[in-house]
Amino acid sequence: MGKLKLCFYWAASCGGCEIAVLDINEKILDILEIADIVFWPVAMDVKYADVEAMSDGYIDVCLFNGAIRTEEQEHLARLLRVKSKTLIAFGSCAHTGGIPGLGNVSDRQGIFDRAYLSSPSTVNESGVIPQVKVDVEEGSLTLPEFYDTVMSLDQVVDVDYYIPGCPPPPALIEGAVQAIAEGELPPKGSVLAPPKSVCDECPREREEKNITEIKRIIDFEPDPERCLLDQGIVCMGPATRGGCDARCLKAKMPCTGCGGPCPEAVEQGMAMISALSTVLGLFSEKQEGFDPEMIMEQLKDPLGTFYKYGLPTSLVNRRVMKR
Amino acid sequence: MKRVTIEPITRLEGHGKISIFLNDEGNVENAYLQIPELRGFERFCEGRRAEDMPIITPRICGVCPVAHHMASAKALDSAYGVEPTPTAKKLRELMYSGYIIYDHTLHFYFLGAPDFVVGPDAPPSERNIFGVLKKVGLDVGREVIKHRAYGQRITEILGGKATHPTSCLPGGISKGLNEKEKEDIEKMARSSVEFARFTLGIFNDVVLSNKDYVEMILSDPYQLRTYNMGLVDRDNNVNLYDGDIRVTDLKGAEFDRFKAEDYLDHISEHVEPWTYSKFTFLKKVGWNGLRDGEESGVYRVGPLGRLNAAEGMATPLADEEYDRMYETLGGRPVNSTLAFHWARLVELLYAAERTVELASDPEITAKDLRNPVGDPGEGVGVVEAARGTLYHHYKLNDEGLMEKVNLIVATTNNYADICMSIREAARGLIKRGEVSEGLLNKVEMAFRAYDPCFACSTHAYPGEAPTVVDIYDSEGSLLYRRERNLS
Repeated sequence: MGKLKLCFYWAASCGGCEIAVLDINEKILDILEIADIVFWPVAMDVKYADVEAMSDGYIDVCLFNGAIRTEEQEHLARLLRVKSKTLIAFGSCAHTGGIPGLGNVSDRQGIFDRAYLSSPSTVNESGVIPQVKVDVEEGSLTLPEFYDTVMSLDQVVDVDYYIPGCPPPPALIEGAVQAIAEGELPPKGSVLAPPKSVCDECPREREEKNITEIKRIIDFEPDPERCLLDQGIVCMGPATRGGCDARCLKAKMPCTGCGGPCPEAVEQGMAMISALSTVLGLFSEKQEGFDPEMIMEQLKDPLGTFYKYGLPTSLVNRRVMKR
Repeated sequence: MKRVTIEPITRLEGHGKISIFLNDEGNVENAYLQIPELRGFERFCEGRRAEDMPIITPRICGVCPVAHHMASAKALDSAYGVEPTPTAKKLRELMYSGYIIYDHTLHFYFLGAPDFVVGPDAPPSERNIFGVLKKVGLDVGREVIKHRAYGQRITEILGGKATHPTSCLPGGISKGLNEKEKEDIEKMARSSVEFARFTLGIFNDVVLSNKDYVEMILSDPYQLRTYNMGLVDRDNNVNLYDGDIRVTDLKGAEFDRFKAEDYLDHISEHVEPWTYSKFTFLKKVGWNGLRDGEESGVYRVGPLGRLNAAEGMATPLADEEYDRMYETLGGRPVNSTLAFHWARLVELLYAAERTVELASDPEITAKDLRNPVGDPGEGVGVVEAARGTLYHHYKLNDEGLMEKVNLIVATTNNYADICMSIREAARGLIKRGEVSEGLLNKVEMAFRAYDPCFACSTHAYPGEAPTVVDIYDSEGSLLYRRERNLS
């Protein structure tokens, strides 16, 4: 068997997934042992035309990071789907929509208004807004139009596997590469991460005791040994897929959910609401000192808390889907 | 003139794009750098919890997440009226210095060095990091990989994750340093000082010892006379983490000086219809279009802007290098765009020395990590990102949720300068319609020097973008197209 043909591509992402690949450091040489990288815009000079010229299925594995927001990104997703035998959504944005997916709380108009008209540092008396086509003195200039809605990769094309995380932790990247090299990939549609939650990897002691108050990390310094949820902090650990070694918890901060939902969960936010309602004793109605309304009042920004990385793939995404 | 067949334009516009227009004589009439995307962080951060901002905003850019993490934490310090504890301040600056080591190393070896070490006229297939390693040797390559990783490791120790750290929050930092971690960082930092000196040595041997390169640096197409901006400490030394924002004029004298929270009185942003990025300018001078000189409110930020806006470096070895740079290039301010590379290495040395200072401070392992926050209000946080001054401005409601967010990001401050530097380089280098790979590379060198990060400039994607250069004749027909990647 010849070397594997590997491709990395980025759509709507921050570049952090590319840095994550560099951060496996010398192990990147192991990848080069078994694979030729045929397309990687961040590191190589291969043109889109070269990809278009490839035969269908020419690429063995494509690791695709970033969400989809523009016509160009959608075009590349479709192109790489056809050219790749295996397409992997790499990182939170491609997997569940990621932080840019929070853009679905607004739309193009809302984003433009804030950036170009109402921002306090912007001086724009004549209300100039960037246009798709502009005639300047010397000729015309064009800009691509972007969609109202941010989408995950599998909302645009068929995806074979997912590597979660923002960015994916080195161990998951190395594990995926090994599985690819040995041809031991799990059934299609699998998330390439251990089937456990962040709590399973967290060194903190959990008593699963009922709490009567929701607190914020900003307001107090939690005990470093005890479970944050036990201390009243909304930590996304119970509803989030592990494989990250609970790195945020070890930095003494709560999990914010970048690993996406656990294997059996329908949806990450719902799973967290369910986990919370258990510890909040919502099912044991007359618990002393418990006031459900007060709890709801204490739970700030549920959307940004439960769906920080997954709004586009959540059930609450948006009512009217319009690209 | 040769017409080059090209693929449809729409296929490529997700990235930075340069359009150069020629006149009837085939000389450059004008050049445009378009930023073709916008994300809208300012809009979708509205309604989020204050403590989520240092988590959300690093996702503006995966190349410089620490800068956003830190600016965000500082904006929240200010919005909650809380000073971080003395230890937290040191730990934050320590993380910040580690980030600068990583980022400046990445830029010099991956982006800047290929033009000088391999050569501006070398074939593009060799003008990359691999070409650099071929010239300087694999042992040096290992050192580059090692020290880039050191910078990341320092952030990881202090922030939980190297990309998208989590530990800074208003009033301080969640995690302290133990003795073992302190020792590890100190060791990495001392090694980084030697690595920075070694890198300056390469710059000296390869660039400064070559008369052609020095002439190129000082040649007209690469000059731009603007104001300069950067954070300074009380002695007007460059400071990357904190200080006053100082603006110097075209003669190098102090023109303006202000605190982060007063930024709206001093800088503004201008909108053009042909790009998604805005342009910043000095309010006192005003926006007078894409032109340089005293009458134009355009200013430069980033390594050269910072060194020009200051009077020295706060660490001894970097300060010597600072003086040497200005002595060699004819005094402060230096207006040559290509001098950004040298300034970046002076800062690399500063960051490494500063990391040693902080890591060897016996108090750095103290346990005073957080001060309690006050009531939520409004605040501004400013740091010097690797690519320039970064402003985060938050207005919180009384529940500690974000009401309004305004961001002015490093590369936005330099956007007008980058546009002009491309235009001037194109005008100086492209004559009578003659376009070659080597010439175009020299045009690109004018903006590569800034280390432009398009992810930052409109909070757009991707991190460091591939770029297209199009050249049009006087009829508006496309003569030439060139695609390449910036890193």
